[in-house]
Amino acid sequence: MGATSENPHQTGFLTAWVPVVLAAAIFAFFAGMIGDVSAGLAPEWSWAWLPGLDVALAFRVDGLALTFCLLISGIGTLIMLYASSYLNGHPEYGRFALYLFSFMLAMLGVVLADDIIALFVFWELTTITSYLLIGFNNAEAKARRNALQALFLTGAGALALLAGLILLASIAGSTRISEIVQVEGLTEHRWFTGTLILILLGAFTKSAQIPFHFWLPNAMAAPTPVSAFLHSATMVKAGVYLLARFHPAFADTSLWIWSLTLAGAATAVWASILALRQTDLKQALAYTTLMALGTLTLFLGQSDAYAMTGFITFLIVHSLYKAALFMVVGAIDHETGTREVAQLGGLGRLMPVTALAAALAALSMAGLPPLLGFIGKELLYAGALDAISAPVLVTAAALAANALMVAVAGIVALRPFWRGGVEALPKTPHEAPWQMLAGPVILAALGLIFGLAPSLLQDTLVAPTVAGLLGTPDMAKTLTLWHGVNLPLLLSGATLALGAAIYALHGSVRAFLITTLSRLPAFDNGWDVLINGLKRFAAALTAIIQTGDLRDYMRWTFLTLLVALVATGLLRNAFLWHFDLSDMSFAVAAILIITALAAVTATRATSRLMVVIAIGVVGVGVALIFITFGAPDVAITQLLVETLSVILVATVMLKLPRLYEGGTNPFRAGHALIAVALGGTMTLIMMGVVQGPLDLRLTEFFEQSAWVDAYGRNIVNVILVDFRALDTFGEIAVVAIAGIAAYALLRATSYHKKGEEK
Amino acid sequence: METGLALLIGVLVAAAVYLMLARNVMSFLFGLLLISNAANLAIFTSGRLTEGAPPLVPEGADAPVGIVANALPQALVLTAIVIGFGLFAFSLMLVFRAYAGLGTLNGDEMRVAEPKEDKA
Repeated sequence: MGATSENPHQTGFLTAWVPVVLAAAIFAFFAGMIGDVSAGLAPEWSWAWLPGLDVALAFRVDGLALTFCLLISGIGTLIMLYASSYLNGHPEYGRFALYLFSFMLAMLGVVLADDIIALFVFWELTTITSYLLIGFNNAEAKARRNALQALFLTGAGALALLAGLILLASIAGSTRISEIVQVEGLTEHRWFTGTLILILLGAFTKSAQIPFHFWLPNAMAAPTPVSAFLHSATMVKAGVYLLARFHPAFADTSLWIWSLTLAGAATAVWASILALRQTDLKQALAYTTLMALGTLTLFLGQSDAYAMTGFITFLIVHSLYKAALFMVVGAIDHETGTREVAQLGGLGRLMPVTALAAALAALSMAGLPPLLGFIGKELLYAGALDAISAPVLVTAAALAANALMVAVAGIVALRPFWRGGVEALPKTPHEAPWQMLAGPVILAALGLIFGLAPSLLQDTLVAPTVAGLLGTPDMAKTLTLWHGVNLPLLLSGATLALGAAIYALHGSVRAFLITTLSRLPAFDNGWDVLINGLKRFAAALTAIIQTGDLRDYMRWTFLTLLVALVATGLLRNAFLWHFDLSDMSFAVAAILIITALAAVTATRATSRLMVVIAIGVVGVGVALIFITFGAPDVAITQLLVETLSVILVATVMLKLPRLYEGGTNPFRAGHALIAVALGGTMTLIMMGVVQGPLDLRLTEFFEQSAWVDAYGRNIVNVILVDFRALDTFGEIAVVAIAGIAAYALLRATSYHKKGEEK
Repeated sequence: METGLALLIGVLVAAAVYLMLARNVMSFLFGLLLISNAANLAIFTSGRLTEGAPPLVPEGADAPVGIVANALPQALVLTAIVIGFGLFAFSLMLVFRAYAGLGTLNGDEMRVAEPKEDKA
């Protein structure tokens, strides 16, 4: 503390305290709603947002939402307090606090939103704020990479989620979640399977279920307060929240039951094994978070009252102990300068308060009585034994994961404090400042208080949430420490014994895991391969399309145009062959043939003069066509413009080199092929166009109004200077601007040349 | 009649595209002139062709007498011709300026923005 107080970047009083006070006020606001919600009410607010699309900024507070709100704002308050000390003196603390607070608001939005579009917007806001927080140490390449990885994975999942939500809304005919979950026959709709898969993709990526799990441990590149808040207690639970939100509507389909059971079980067990392997305290905790997310998903796959009660209880337990343990690990890191298990030990005497909080949180994590963790575990076992999918599988997965959890709890929260005989630490530790102690102590104490008096949670949060999950009130099982001697209690005993055994042997277990797992392909490396492959693919594609050669660009442009025109013409059946030259007079035929010949000559001539003459002939030919078919004004303009163009070209060409080097104009067969194909397509299109219907309403309007309304007898002139006068004015402006720009270019050219001569 | 115009438009487009794919940027500009003409003819032809009857209201009448040419595409083509000329004049000056600066009209060598990567 002494060192930091002299820091020139000392975090200001307001910067440190405003987020804490605001978060506490939000917590108090939601705490005030417990009464209403436990009485079965669900307060709602709604503002019209996009009324045309029936999208509203609608919020609804039911048991599930309130539980999440209290966890988010409560833990948020403690985290803000913790961060103000943990990052005290950081030059960019203000930015950090802004991100963290924005994240909290976005997360509250996710759990409160009752409209799917609002839900999605808040969901993406959590993705973006999480990205900014993971990459907060943006000077480190690793932080940037891991932040991007989280952004890509959860962002891609969110796109799937958006598609799923929109499909769901169109099936149900409503964008309100509270209405959607009550729609009958939702699961029989033919789009249902696809919809559910898309929604599950969104939830599984957000909550890091296998095979999308690897971003979460990497997200630990963030400062510890972020890990404690986002990646343990809140953001990663957004996916679980989403699953819980739609549980009432989907839970009876086999797709739901099996995908959640399998993904949850696999994640829980695999993550527990990986947790045991870690030597870094924070990484070990990160994997236990995966385990918890897997367990929560696993139990959301069931529909039994025990499973649901266990789900919400375990959710609360986990948030309390995991946030506390992360903050403890942060405090250890802050005070000792290391998080390596092998280096830490004997901190119990130096940091007694931290040690006590850690012990309480760890006991809750291990599921020992009389803590809330014990109650949660008992309920989970009861739920597992009644599982509708495969009770043996669910129970075995829960047992394995819980036993490994016991061992990890010991490694993370007991060993660093009570192990003796350690060498010197990077820093001499003492107790962390009170702001960093408040969080772990309060959260760990809550685990004990709720364990001793579970009735505090029973009617306030658990009962309304379970009622919401199951769709019927009064189903929640009673939270109690003593159920009598039954199968769940025996399983708890087995868990403890197994866990203690693993803890005792964990040194050799870890060595075994490290050698075994290093032989397996890692998902994280796969990610790098994928990203690098994508980069190489982009580079290769760029090398083909974007060569830097102007002619390649023209070629790609014309080829794309050709494909687009031909494909559209074929798909819409728009190419209508029409060949009728019977009405052609000799004069017209002569004009057409001369013009066409001149155009071909322009492509084949070798002399510049010849090309200019040929182009001029084409221009005059077109003017003759205009005059033949009743357009004298157009013909005059065409002649004038054509003359001007030729004069301009001739003038400029005096200063330019020859068109073709060496005086030859070799035939380019490939280009000719593209050219003829496009020309032929144009002819076919025109043949179709002139056979289609012609809407003459506008022409008739102009014919009738030209004299009567505008007092002009030349209809074309009237259209230009009267009906479309503004358009003509715009046209004049364009020509004027082109003239000014051309003049500026010429001036710059002569100036540049003078400069060169010097 | 329309068939003949459709064929001519095809020839003009083909010639224009061929010229626009040439190495010399001056040829590109000639192609631009041709493709503008082709586009104008296409608009004109879409309104159907009526020989020798300009859209005029005779003295003493309130509306054209008999069948006259479609006035609407004519008005559009007039605008298009002028705009096309503006585009052409500006492009021509751009090419001139580019030649003064780079000393070449060869599109392959105009690579200030995207220089060739060293293949060493």
